Amino acid sequence: MRRALAPVFLGSLGARRLTTLLSILAIALGIALGVAVQVIHDAALDEFDHGMRTLSGEADLQIVGPRGGFDDALFETVALRPEVAAASPLLEVDARLFGDERSLRLIGVDVFRLGEVQPALMPQPGEGQGRLVTLTPDSVFLSPGAMQALGLALGGTLTLQAGLEPLALKVAGGVPGMAGQQVAVMDIDAVQRHFGLRGRLSRIDLRLREGLGLAAGREALAPLMPAGVQLLAPETARAQAAGLSRSYRVNLTMLAVIALVTGGFLVFSTQALSVVRRRTEFAFLRAIGLARGELMRWLLAEGAIVGVVGGLAGVALGYGLAAAALKLLGGDLGAGYFAGISPRLAFEPAVAAVFLVLGVLAGMAGAWLPAREAAEVSPALALKAGGDATGLAGARRHPGWAVGAAALAAVACLAPAWQGIPVGGYVAVALLLAAGVFVLPQLAANLSALLAPLRAVPIALARARLAAVPGHVVVAGAGVLASAALAVAMAIMVASFRDSVDDWLARILPAELYVRGARAGSSGYFDAAAQARIAGTPGVARADFIRHDTVRLSADHPPVMLIARSLSPDGRELPLVGRQVKTSSPVWISEAVADLFGYAPGDTLRLPLAGSPHDFVVAGVWRDYARQSGAIMIPIERYRALSGDPLANDAALHLADGETASAVAARLRERFGAQTLELAQAGEIRAVSLRIFDRTFAVTYLLEAVAVVIGLFGVAASFAALAAARRREFGMLRHIGLTRRQVGLMLATEGALTAGAGALGGLAVGGAISLVLIEVVNRQSFHWSMDIRIPFASLAIFCLTLVLLAALAAVLAGRQAMRQEAVMAVKEDW
Amino acid sequence: MRALLCVLLLLVAPLVRAVDYPPVLPGRTIELPADSGAHPDFRTEWWYVTGWIKDETGAERGFQITFFRVRSGIGEDAPGRFSPAQLILAHAAVADAKHGRLLHAQRSARASGALAGAARDRTHAWVGNWRLEEADGSYVAEANGQDFAYRLELTPTQPAMLNGDKGFSQKAPDPANASYYYSRPQLAVRGTLSIDGREHAVSGKAWLDQEWSSEYMPAGASGWDWIGVNLDDGGALMAFRMHDRTGDALWSAGTLRDAMGRDRALDREAVSFTPLRRWRSPRTNVEYVVAWRVRAGDRELELRPLMDDQELDSRRSTGAIYWEGAVRVFEGGREVGRGYLEMTGYAQRLEM
Repeated sequence: MRRALAPVFLGSLGARRLTTLLSILAIALGIALGVAVQVIHDAALDEFDHGMRTLSGEADLQIVGPRGGFDDALFETVALRPEVAAASPLLEVDARLFGDERSLRLIGVDVFRLGEVQPALMPQPGEGQGRLVTLTPDSVFLSPGAMQALGLALGGTLTLQAGLEPLALKVAGGVPGMAGQQVAVMDIDAVQRHFGLRGRLSRIDLRLREGLGLAAGREALAPLMPAGVQLLAPETARAQAAGLSRSYRVNLTMLAVIALVTGGFLVFSTQALSVVRRRTEFAFLRAIGLARGELMRWLLAEGAIVGVVGGLAGVALGYGLAAAALKLLGGDLGAGYFAGISPRLAFEPAVAAVFLVLGVLAGMAGAWLPAREAAEVSPALALKAGGDATGLAGARRHPGWAVGAAALAAVACLAPAWQGIPVGGYVAVALLLAAGVFVLPQLAANLSALLAPLRAVPIALARARLAAVPGHVVVAGAGVLASAALAVAMAIMVASFRDSVDDWLARILPAELYVRGARAGSSGYFDAAAQARIAGTPGVARADFIRHDTVRLSADHPPVMLIARSLSPDGRELPLVGRQVKTSSPVWISEAVADLFGYAPGDTLRLPLAGSPHDFVVAGVWRDYARQSGAIMIPIERYRALSGDPLANDAALHLADGETASAVAARLRERFGAQTLELAQAGEIRAVSLRIFDRTFAVTYLLEAVAVVIGLFGVAASFAALAAARRREFGMLRHIGLTRRQVGLMLATEGALTAGAGALGGLAVGGAISLVLIEVVNRQSFHWSMDIRIPFASLAIFCLTLVLLAALAAVLAGRQAMRQEAVMAVKEDW
Repeated sequence: MRALLCVLLLLVAPLVRAVDYPPVLPGRTIELPADSGAHPDFRTEWWYVTGWIKDETGAERGFQITFFRVRSGIGEDAPGRFSPAQLILAHAAVADAKHGRLLHAQRSARASGALAGAARDRTHAWVGNWRLEEADGSYVAEANGQDFAYRLELTPTQPAMLNGDKGFSQKAPDPANASYYYSRPQLAVRGTLSIDGREHAVSGKAWLDQEWSSEYMPAGASGWDWIGVNLDDGGALMAFRMHDRTGDALWSAGTLRDAMGRDRALDREAVSFTPLRRWRSPRTNVEYVVAWRVRAGDRELELRPLMDDQELDSRRSTGAIYWEGAVRVFEGGREVGRGYLEMTGYAQRLEM
C-alpha cells in the first residue's frame, strides 16, 4: 500500500509542476539568503578570529589600554614579575599610506620577546639579510597578504605617513606566520620613534609561569595596572571584537528567516489549494482504507519534499551568492566591520544542515494546516460534494486573535536585549506578522465592501467570491502581506535612518572645511607647529582641532572612543537628545555609552586620562551613528590639560567671509604638500557618508525585492491552483454569457482585492514592525535612536504596483482555465 | 657561543655605517677593577665563564655561561626604553656525559633598565633573571633553561691574567684585528645545579674571560680554536689560533701562567695546535678535531674531550654551528688540568 501510494501523493507534486517549482524556489531563496549571510559572516569572522588568535599567540593574558597607548614603563614592571614567564610588548599603529587613502595595520614588536609569546608575528628577513635587520628603523616586514594588497615585493619601498611627513621604509622581509592577514611588522623602537609614540605601548602579551592559574595571575598583576589599562584574557578581547558585528549579522539573518517564512506561506498556499482540488481523491483513498494519520503523513511528506529540494537548491545557491558577495562587497557585506582581512569561503556542514532542516520545517509547516484539514474531512461527505473549493469557505475571521497577537507583540517589545541581541524585538515582529494574517479576511471583506458601488458584473462576482471564500484571501494574501510588511518596514526604517543620519551629519559637521592628518588611524597627526600653520592659513577664520583616542571604562566592554574638541559649556554643537545637566566639568556621552554602561545625565563618570582617573559629570547624551561601542565628547582644553597630549587628528575650519572652501583647500595643499593632508568639504563628507550608508543597506534592498517576488509568486501560485479547480465555474460563467474579458476582469479584481488586502495589511503590519525595528531592534543592537520618517509616496507607489502585479498574476494564472471550451467544462460536471 | 655573536655582527655590519667604533690600540694597559665593567663604545664585549664542577655523588660536568654586549649602532640618536642600541645576549650550557650532548639555553634582549644590561662600574651583566655579577670580590653566575638551572659562586684565588701585551691581544698579522682581553683562571666554584629534576650541591674550578673589541675577526679567517685550561699545579694556559677555511692557522698566541703565578705571553711561533682525533657530527655532518696536541712555549699538552658530542647547532636561530666543550688535559700521559675548548668556523657554509 505504502509503495503504491507514493505516486499518488508525490506524483501530485509533479502534476502541478509550476506551483511546486515556485514553492521550491521560494524556499530556496529564503535558505540561500540565510546561508549566504551566515557563511560570509562566518568566513569573515573566522579569518578575523584567526588573525586575533595568531596575534595573541600563546598569550595567557593581555594588557591593553586606550588607542593612544599607555606608558611603556609598565613593561619592565610586568616583565620582571615572578608570575610572568614571558612578556612581549606591542605597539600598533593604523598607518596611512602616504598619498593614498588606504591604511595598514603596523605592529611594532620586540623580536627578542616575540618568540615565546607570539611566534606568528616573527619577522623573517629576506634572503641575504641578517637577523638584526629586524632592528633597523627603516626596515619593514610585510605579511603575504599585505605584500599582495600593496603590490610590493622584497626590497621594495613602502611609504607611510608619519605625522605629516612621508616615511620611506624598505621591505626587508616577510611575516610568514600572518598569512591571510594584512599586517606590517617593524621594530618597536622604530615605531615609537617614527610615529611620535615615544614611551608608548598599546599592548603587552603575557605568558604566565607554568602552573600558575589565570585567576591567580590576574589577581597578582591587576593592582599594577594604571587607570584605563586592563588585563584581559585574549578570548575576551576576541569576543568583544566579534560581538561588534554580531548585531549586524543577526539582523541580516532575521531578514533571511523572514524570507524563509514567506516561502513557508507559499507552500501553505499551494498545498491548501492542492488539497482542496484533491478532496475527492482523498475521500476515495480514505474510503478504501487509508488511515487518517497516514493521509496526513503523506501530505506532510509532500511539503517536506518541497522543503528538501528547496533547501538543497538554497544551500547551493547560498554558497554561490556568498562567493559573489565576498567578491563584490567584502566579508562584512559592505558594513565595514572587517577591514584588512581576506576571508576564504569554506563549506560548513553544520550551517548547511541547519538551513536544510529549516527548509524542511518551512515546507512541512506550510503543509501542516491543509494536511490536517484534508484528514479531518469525512470521506462520505467529500465524495458527495465533489471537487469544489468549498473547503476554504470554512476559514474564519479572527479579529480577536489579531488583537491578542498585537498585544503580545507590544509586551515582547519591553523585553531587554539578550546578549546584545534584541530577541524580544524579533518575537514582536513575528507576532505582528501573525496578527496581520489573522486580520486579513476582515480586511478583504472591508475592502470588497468599498467596491460595492461598482455595479459591473465581473467586479460583483469577484466580491461575491471573496465574501464566500475568505480562506482564499488568507491563502493568497498571506504571502503578499508578509512580503509587503517586510518591505514597508524596511522602507520606513531605512528612510528614517537615512534622514536621521543626514540631519546628524549636518549637526556634526558645522564647519565648511575639514582637514585630516590621516583618514583611518593614528599614524598621521598635527603637532603644535602644524596646528599653528593650519590656523594661520589665510582665509581660515577659526580652526577647531579634534583629537581622537579611546578609553577603557571596564574590562567587560570594548574600548570607547574619546573625542576631544572645542565645545560650548552647554554642548550646543552636539546632536543632543533628552535631558541636559549644567556642570563645570562636563562630558557628553553617546547613546551607546548610555545604554551599555548605564550612565545618565548628572552621573559622575570616571575617565582614565594619561594613566590617572579623573571625575567628570555627564552633561548630556548625544546621538552618534558612527561608533557602535560608544563615544565620549570632552572639551579639548580640558583634555589637553589633563592628558598633556598636544596633538590633533582632525581640524574643522570655519572660513572667513567671502572665502571659498576650494580656495582655502588649495592654499593648505600648497603649504603642506598635496599628499599629506586629506581635505574634505562638509558636503563631500556628507555625500560619502550617505553613499556608505546606501551601500550598507544594499543587502537589505535585495532581500526586500526577493520577498516581494516571493509574495507575488504566492498570488500567482494560488490563482493557478484555484483556476484549475474553478474550470467548471468559468465554464458556467461563459455558458451564461460572460465574455472572456469579463472573466479576466473578474480574476483581476479577485487578485487585486486579495493583494490589496495583503498590501493594506502589510502597510499596517509593516508600519508597526518598522516601529519595532527603530525603537527596539536598532536601539538594542546598535544603541542609536532615530527620528521616524515615512516615505508616503514611495510606499503608495509600491503598494499600487503590488496590487497591479497581483491582478496581472491572477489573470495570467487563470488564463489556462479560461481558454477551455465553456461547454466542455460544464459538460464535465453533468 | 662567541661564534654565534660574530655571525650576528658581520651580518649587521653593512647596515650600520653611521657609528664609529673606537679602535683597539696597543699601549693601553687594562686596569682592574676599573676595566671589569662594560665598555659600551666598543662594538662587542663578552664575559665568558667556563669550568668543571663535581656534584655530591662525584659526577663531573662542564658548564659555560656567556654574556655578550653588542653595540648595534642602531637608534643611538634618539634612545627610548626599547632602543636596540645595546643588546645583551646570553648563553648557558651544561656538558653532562650521561646526556651525551650539551644542554643549553639562551636569552637575549635590548639593554633596558632592570630587564637587561651591563654595568660600567663592575662586572655585572643581566638578562631577565640570568646574571653574572661581581660583588665583594667574587662572582655569582645564575642561569636557567628547560633542562637545567644553576647558581654558582666563583671566587678568585689568583690575580687576573692580562693576555697579549698587558691586555692588548692581537688576533691577526694586521694589528687592527685585536681586542682588550684578560682572563681570571683558577676561580673556585661553589653552588647548586638542578638537572634531571634534582638539585645538586656542586664545587669545582672555573675560568672567566672578559674581552672587548671593535674588529675581532681578520679578513680571510673563517673561525678560531681557543682553549682555557686550569692546570692542577696552580698554573693556567690560554691559547688560540685563527684559522682559514681549510683549517690552516693564520695567527696564534697565548698566555702561560706557571705554578709560581708568573705570566708569559706566547707569540705566534710559541703556540701550535696539532689534530689527534676527529669526530663527525651526525646532525650537521661537520667534522671537528676533538683531540688536540697543543704546544705552548715549553709545554706540550694533549686535550681529550669529556665527550665527543659537544657541538651546538643553532642553525634555526642564528645559523652558527660550532663545538664548545669541556676537555681533560694530559701531559706525558698524566692528567694535569681541566679546561674548555672552543672550535668555530668548521661548518661547510658558515656565513661569515
